[in-house]
Amino acid sequence: MSLRNVGIVYRKELTEALRDRRTLISTIIVPLLLFPILSVGFGALAVALVGKAKEETPKVMILGGEDSPEVVGGLKKLDKIEIVPAAPAWKDQIINKEVRAVVEIPPGFQSDVARQKSDTVKIYNYKEELKSEFATDKIEKYLKDYRDSVVKERLAAKNLPEAVLQPFEVKQENVAPPEKVSGAAFGGIIGYMVILLCMTGGMYPAMDLTAGEKERGTMETILSSPISRMHLVLGKFFLVLTASLLTAALSVLSMGVSFSVLHRFTENSGSQGGEAPAFLLHLGLRTVLSVFIMALPLAVFFSATLMTIALFAKTYKEAQSYLTPMTFVVIIPAIAAMLPGVELTPKLALIPILNMSLLCKELVAGTYHWNFIAIIFVSTCLYAAVALFLAIKMFQRESVLFRS
Amino acid sequence: MIEARGLSKRFQDKKRGEIRAVDNISFVCQPGRIYGLLGANGAGKTTTLRMLATILEPTDGTALVCGRDVVEQPEKVRAIVGFLSTATALYPRLTAQEMVEYFGRLNGLDEAELKKRVDDIFNRLDMNGFRDRRCDKLSTGMKQKTSIARTLVHDPPVMIFDEPTNGLDIMTARTITAFIRECRDHGKTVIFSTHIMSEVEKLCDTIGIIQSGKLLAEGTLAELRDKYSEPDLEEIFVKVVAPHYGSAEAN
Repeated sequence: MSLRNVGIVYRKELTEALRDRRTLISTIIVPLLLFPILSVGFGALAVALVGKAKEETPKVMILGGEDSPEVVGGLKKLDKIEIVPAAPAWKDQIINKEVRAVVEIPPGFQSDVARQKSDTVKIYNYKEELKSEFATDKIEKYLKDYRDSVVKERLAAKNLPEAVLQPFEVKQENVAPPEKVSGAAFGGIIGYMVILLCMTGGMYPAMDLTAGEKERGTMETILSSPISRMHLVLGKFFLVLTASLLTAALSVLSMGVSFSVLHRFTENSGSQGGEAPAFLLHLGLRTVLSVFIMALPLAVFFSATLMTIALFAKTYKEAQSYLTPMTFVVIIPAIAAMLPGVELTPKLALIPILNMSLLCKELVAGTYHWNFIAIIFVSTCLYAAVALFLAIKMFQRESVLFRS
Repeated sequence: MIEARGLSKRFQDKKRGEIRAVDNISFVCQPGRIYGLLGANGAGKTTTLRMLATILEPTDGTALVCGRDVVEQPEKVRAIVGFLSTATALYPRLTAQEMVEYFGRLNGLDEAELKKRVDDIFNRLDMNGFRDRRCDKLSTGMKQKTSIARTLVHDPPVMIFDEPTNGLDIMTARTITAFIRECRDHGKTVIFSTHIMSEVEKLCDTIGIIQSGKLLAEGTLAELRDKYSEPDLEEIFVKVVAPHYGSAEAN
């Protein structure tokens, strides 16, 4: 095998790729901007929206309560709540977002409380509607405080300590280090991102270097040169692999930077007690390197598979229509690994993509199951070798190269 | 020298079954001479030339290019062949110089030799004005010159041209025909395909008429005129091809 020839093809493909705006966007710009936009951008937007929702003075309606002036008076005194007159169409008003919540106080509520008869106060709201939920929370808190004060009065009247209602407490305490907690909760997303971007990063160059070449008429030109088809495929393959790994590397880098920016932001805003919140992943150099070493055979597998499929197409558009569904084939197992309770087993360790996604979850959490790592690395290398072999074979088939 | 021996190529088509694109053809092209393969569209010219350039593999038969077998030693054959057709496009994002250098390197030239060769060709073809311009920004004439430079960079002894003037304006076509003559004058073996009679009359030392993948007639222009008692090449072509035209349509 002539490495010189493979290198010549690789260098030429790299030169062309660096001059192609579409390749630069898909390989460099998208992975660099995707995560900051998703995390910082959407995070800031969410904070702004929640803040705005909290600032609003919600309109609340009280149904009944004429014979319970103490409770109604308390509700009216609540900060940042506007009590509106009762109206028969209150349900529609909630749905139309004219009123955020409605409190229904049963008849004789206050006297029932005094007589120690249990009643139900209902709060009607618009479930999952942020502003309605905020209004409900305020009212509920007031009513619970009122209930607690009634309980305290009753206990005091009977000379009983408050502990009589709470003989013991139940408390959870986490002993796992923060990186394991965040890894278990969000580690799957690293695997998902690396896998997805390994594929999408290689997708455009794979199409450009195969179907694109056919469409532009340069396939016949290169086939007339003395380079062997194997060297030609390998030169092209290494470029697709470079794009795939570069995209994944840049995405992890941008993810790390985004997390660190978020970390500093939350620290500066004083919301921490010195401990990082669970959503902040701790990406050590060892973790990043482990994920990358494991992603390498997967990137080889993707690059070779993408090239094989794209080569079959006559035009760039046709290649796109073949490869776009591939994204779903990759996303499904990658997402499956993020489901709670799905963990590595010897059988799952043999399923491509899913195995890598599950492993990434463990690696990010700092767990190294060497037997699984070995199975996954070897099996993925095997799949990658088969995919590369198929790509080379496809480049030797005239019916594929000159498909009309 | 090119020596085709019973060269055949069959394709499988889902609708039409087996297609014999080239059917057992044999001919010889001598160094310092131009062999013209004359035929209508779909006659088998491109397939024949692609087999000689080892872009396609023959189903049966073989060909020797300067003694190298197209089936057994395809890479060695490509190293001594320059192949040019209207389908051999240029890489749009490379400059004219990068394009020629790329093929020089693929043909095994070292950097010093390559530089000398590229400078020589660019001077000869008057290409220095656009050597650093990207191929997608070149005019048709500039593109053709770059393609010529690409085929010449390794100084191959055999040149294969597949309908090289197809779709080109008269001035660009003249550049190509002048180049083909120059190749012959330098002692190279030249084979080229066309369906344009005037080109054959002007350029070819030997003419092969091909139809339905079969070589139906062969000889110099004078020999063909004698054999078919016709002074006009177009009339000769029609006389040769007409009896087989129905089968060509079917093919």
